[in-house]
Amino acid sequence: MDRPATLSKEAHVELLRKMLLGRRFEERCAEMYALQKIGGFCHLAIGQEAVSVGAMSTLEPDDYIFCSYRDHVHAIVKGSDPGRVMAELFGRDTGLSHGKGGSMHLFDADHGILGGHAIVGAHIPLATGVAFAAKYESRPQVVLCFFGEAAVNIGAFHESLNMAALWKLPCVYIVENNRYGMGTSIERASAIYDVAQRACAYDMASETVDGMDVLAVRESVGRAVTLARRESKPTLIEARCYRFMGHSMSDPVHGHYRTKEEVEEQKLKDPVRGYFQQLSSQGIIDQAGLEQLNAEVRTIVDAAVEFADASPEPPASALYEDVYSEPYGPYTRSQP
Amino acid sequence: MPLITYRDALNQALREEMQRDPKVFLMGEEVGVYQGAYKVSRGLLQEFGDRRVIDTPITEEGFTGVGVGAAMVGLRPVIEMMTWNFSMLAMDQIINSAAKMLYMSGGQFRIPIVLRGPGGAAHQLAAQHSQSLESWFAHVPGLKVVAPSTPYDAKGLLKAAIRDDDPVIFCEGETLYGSKGEVPDGDYVVPIGVADVKREGTDVTIVAWSKMVSVAVKAADTLAAEGISCEIIDPRTLRPLDEAPIIASVQKTNRCVVVEEGWEYSGIGAQLAYLIHRDAFSDLDAPVTRVTGADVPMPYAKNLEHLATPSAARVVEAVKQVLYID
Repeated sequence: MDRPATLSKEAHVELLRKMLLGRRFEERCAEMYALQKIGGFCHLAIGQEAVSVGAMSTLEPDDYIFCSYRDHVHAIVKGSDPGRVMAELFGRDTGLSHGKGGSMHLFDADHGILGGHAIVGAHIPLATGVAFAAKYESRPQVVLCFFGEAAVNIGAFHESLNMAALWKLPCVYIVENNRYGMGTSIERASAIYDVAQRACAYDMASETVDGMDVLAVRESVGRAVTLARRESKPTLIEARCYRFMGHSMSDPVHGHYRTKEEVEEQKLKDPVRGYFQQLSSQGIIDQAGLEQLNAEVRTIVDAAVEFADASPEPPASALYEDVYSEPYGPYTRSQP
Repeated sequence: MPLITYRDALNQALREEMQRDPKVFLMGEEVGVYQGAYKVSRGLLQEFGDRRVIDTPITEEGFTGVGVGAAMVGLRPVIEMMTWNFSMLAMDQIINSAAKMLYMSGGQFRIPIVLRGPGGAAHQLAAQHSQSLESWFAHVPGLKVVAPSTPYDAKGLLKAAIRDDDPVIFCEGETLYGSKGEVPDGDYVVPIGVADVKREGTDVTIVAWSKMVSVAVKAADTLAAEGISCEIIDPRTLRPLDEAPIIASVQKTNRCVVVEEGWEYSGIGAQLAYLIHRDAFSDLDAPVTRVTGADVPMPYAKNLEHLATPSAARVVEAVKQVLYID
């Protein structure tokens, strides 16, 4: 991987473009949710884009990712077609999972996206298993496993990191520490504030990084990916970030568990604006360039919404498909 | 044909499948150095090495999830539960990950995993080590559930399970490991989803699986001496269930007793009784009757344990009941 210092101008602009694409996509998701085009639970990653964009900029195309239910931006950044992501959120047949997964279960085998998982932390053992498989077959692949800071309190986190360190598996565990597990702050949920410290229980490498700084994330995850690929060793990375929206679309931005002032203060550290200002001060991009990028990603998001809206719902015949690998049900009266 | 134990039949299946397919590996507690808590994996570490026979920490949710993850990218894991009693720690991975992955990914990720281990009561192991949980797993779409009663079925079904592209819950009988039966050397498969008539008869149909087949056979022997002919059907697979032979048998005998080691409430027998009522109601000469484990946590005391477990005597009693014999 290129060191951040040596990133080309084009590479910098590409990182910014991906963050903008994620931001504009999520904003449109909020609109579509309000219009009831998107149903169920819908968790937006607005404010957290630097973590997924920075982390995945270190990967090779055949590397894998796992994420939580806050997964739209991850999927798009890893390579999924935004139209097929939006179609999945709309519950349409052209969606990544033909409308059977929805917002919380984005899978894309062609791009190494192994889900969208909606039981907090339950995908941590799965990611560990994919890293196990890569090592078993001597494939130089790396797995990035994204989860929120609340997931570090479940047993599966401990069980998985223990095995990954014991067996030296090429998995990078990335904690997207947005400070709140739904409405419970980390101070009220975890005996240890510094999540990265938990790695010492497994004799595992760890880093804490500013998750609002895409280049810092890229550098930190880059080290971990190199360690995983070259030495088959896991790392725990705590990326401290913040979500600007509520936990899900049904949760107000501020209220019982955090104040308006806190959210406004955090918004001053907006990772997208911050990165633009940094690039702007270095003469890499100007306001006109930013507007052009914004126009470009808006076109993509518009097209995604149009594609989703024009797509058919899954046929009724799909109900019993893919329960098993072979044809199945519905149960009918047996023929004596 | 060689006469070997249920344990060795399973061991042969594992060995042959690992020889046949390098993507098959065995993972679990004590499967390697210790040679298996019940010695089912005896010799496998020596033959295949620690890359493919992997001892785990005591971490059921963790290693079950590792198996499911490995299966997502094409490996064919065999995960040993030291006993099914411990599987409850892994329930989230079995149900939320293994059973649903294919569906919620729209067909993109198959999970060709086998979760296997012993279940049921043994001898005075008390409440936490004596459970038959197959009805829990059979409840879940996406899982297949297998429970062989003989060494022949055990080997053939385990090979079928390992070659299957979906998650298979493979319930072995803890007290069956030492039982012997004829098992051919070399390769054969007993297909998943196919029942077997263990004994032909004319007066009553007894449906039983796993250890309960031997209980049913014992009861049938006693009843035969009294001139009552029992047909014993072993579904072998509890999901997907081979319904037709059960229905056909009930249409012949007009009576049915289901013998289930697990608890009665919401058990497999309840589903069987429903199927028989649905498809053979007009053929029935008596209500379907069930012999099950008592509706209590398993007690430790020998006499109470005996009372809590289906016995041949209780099956005899149930058969006489459906025949209206006092």
